[in-house]
Amino acid sequence: MNSPVTVHLPLGTAKVAARSLSVHYGEKHALQSVDLEIRAGEVTALIGPSGCGKSTFLRCINRMNDMVDGARVSGSLTLDGSDIYDRSLDVVQLRARVGMVFQKPNPFPKSIYDNIAYGPRIHGLARNQDELDEIVMTSLERAGLLAEVKDRLTESGTGLSGGQQQRLCIARAIAVGPEVILMDEPCSALDPIATAKVEELIDDLRDNYTIVIVTHSMQQAARVSQRTAFFHLGKLIEVGDTEQIFTNPQQPLTQGYITGRFG
Amino acid sequence: MTETTQMARLGAVRPTAEIVAARLKRRHNAERRFRAVGLGAVLLALGFLGVLLFTIVGNGITAFVQTSIRVDVTFDPAQLGIEGDTSADALAAANYQAIIKQALYRTFPEAKTRGEQRQLGAMVSSGADIELRKMLIADPALLGQTRSVWLLADDDIDMAVKGHIPRQPGIAGNRLSDNEIRWLDELESRGAVKTRFNTLLWTSGDSREPELAGLWGAVVGSIYSLIITLLVSFPLGVATSVYLEEFAPKNRWTDLIEVNINNLAAVPSVVFGLLGLAVFLNIFGMPRSAPLVGGLVLALICLPTIIIAARAAMKAVPPSIREAAAGLGASKLQVVTDHVLPLSMPGILTGTILGMAHALGETAPLLMIGMVAFIVDIPATPLDPSAVLPVQVYLWADSPERAFVERTSAAIMVLLLFLALMNLSAILLRKKFERRW
Repeated sequence: MNSPVTVHLPLGTAKVAARSLSVHYGEKHALQSVDLEIRAGEVTALIGPSGCGKSTFLRCINRMNDMVDGARVSGSLTLDGSDIYDRSLDVVQLRARVGMVFQKPNPFPKSIYDNIAYGPRIHGLARNQDELDEIVMTSLERAGLLAEVKDRLTESGTGLSGGQQQRLCIARAIAVGPEVILMDEPCSALDPIATAKVEELIDDLRDNYTIVIVTHSMQQAARVSQRTAFFHLGKLIEVGDTEQIFTNPQQPLTQGYITGRFG
Repeated sequence: MTETTQMARLGAVRPTAEIVAARLKRRHNAERRFRAVGLGAVLLALGFLGVLLFTIVGNGITAFVQTSIRVDVTFDPAQLGIEGDTSADALAAANYQAIIKQALYRTFPEAKTRGEQRQLGAMVSSGADIELRKMLIADPALLGQTRSVWLLADDDIDMAVKGHIPRQPGIAGNRLSDNEIRWLDELESRGAVKTRFNTLLWTSGDSREPELAGLWGAVVGSIYSLIITLLVSFPLGVATSVYLEEFAPKNRWTDLIEVNINNLAAVPSVVFGLLGLAVFLNIFGMPRSAPLVGGLVLALICLPTIIIAARAAMKAVPPSIREAAAGLGASKLQVVTDHVLPLSMPGILTGTILGMAHALGETAPLLMIGMVAFIVDIPATPLDPSAVLPVQVYLWADSPERAFVERTSAAIMVLLLFLALMNLSAILLRKKFERRW
């Protein structure tokens, strides 16, 4: 075990579990033997300075790294105990269970309705138009966007404000009915008010989804997460309850980062 | 040394503002010069374009009308050679040239000698009988009656009426005999000469007689060729681009393919013509002069253009859209068909239209596959021999008659019109669907 801290949880409580997970981008060792367990029904924040591997770790969970040329993954990563990188597992199936929200809001240049209906359509989740309408409405409702957009579902999703776009993207992810939602710095392109709304939403979603969020803002990590993992130079330095990480970090590196001495 | 003393020392030599001010004038002058040169270049280019268009329109505009001569024609069964037999076959085979000649001889009874009569007969086009045949077949009751008919004039008469060749005897360039000039003046004074819209130009194929020669065969040939080109190059080009852009691994082989596609875009088109001759005609034994082969050769020529445009359009689709779709569980193909292709389609179509416009104007490769042949018939299928517009321009420009000069310009105008329409549609398409990210 290279990682200085290894968390041992009873297997049943881990939604996603990484064991000696390493990622190489060509020659670069982007993630070095990470052991980390993500618990169900919690928000886990991944923090650390730029290039520390937190986004790489996040993108392993829904195999988004497959799209990167020259990326190699070793070690094991499981979702509900089954291997995410198993050859027999179809990545389409995995991504239906693990949704993702990106750094920059990226709605499709289609109507608000079609943005949300796209996922259910490609997976065949709705048997008829009524069911599809139902899914779209529920997703918008859960993303706290319904009141704002219910009169203009046919307008383009790109016409919304940045914060609304990001919540639209969250609604779009929810519409597929995932178990895990990955968020890669979802608020970095938003103003403080939009950020507050998204954070509130993340808190609401916690009951139904396991959420992993990468963030550069330690305040945000402190506000929205129950557990926090600190990465540095491709290694997992420390993981623990958010309160403990921010008040009583065990590692000097963590201490240095959260007090703003580097990063 | 502190910063202030340094500043003071520099300032004592020459203040910065003064140095900047001294150079300012030179900078402004340079800018003005550059702008003047740019404007001059634009004006020069516009001037050339203006001269080109002015020459072409000036030469060609008269080709859209054609001179006719009014004569009183008697549908005499004896002259027509159809005593009593009024079946359609007999009417179709009747000798209409004879009644035209008789009508002319009656108009100018002073033409007595064989030579004079031959000159008189030559004032009317050798294709003038077609109209009479149509009249009689439509209404056989005309048989035995006399009708005043506008007959198509010969091309020399037409040129003289339009003023393209001089009408005075003894002046260089005059192609009419003294008799013909007299008769023409006589007809004009009787109001029996007029110019009408030139329908034949739009309805008939090529002819050795300028007044009978039309563009329609070439237009149909061009349309068939372009349809074949589009059907072959668009799917091939888009499929190639999708594969190279979205699916192919980035390695030495795909780099090699990319370099070669870019090189293909620069290969002289006549080389593609030779390739078509060697492969499509000689190996596959496809018909010579056919729009099918022309279209295939043109498809090869536009393929690189389409691939390059399509790849650029697909590259312009932001990766975040691909990630968004992939993140929702869309398969690679769904990402392409649901998002990348629809979003890049305006760019792909613009590139395709520009490629097609290029293909429409292409001449050299078509000469190689025999589309330069003299073809009178309008092609009924892409397998029939045919001309295309630019080759028709080439053929007519090569013909000695003065009347073909104006027809060449008219053909160029039609070709330019098609090209302008295609480019305009490309611009409108781009304007309408242009998307900023």
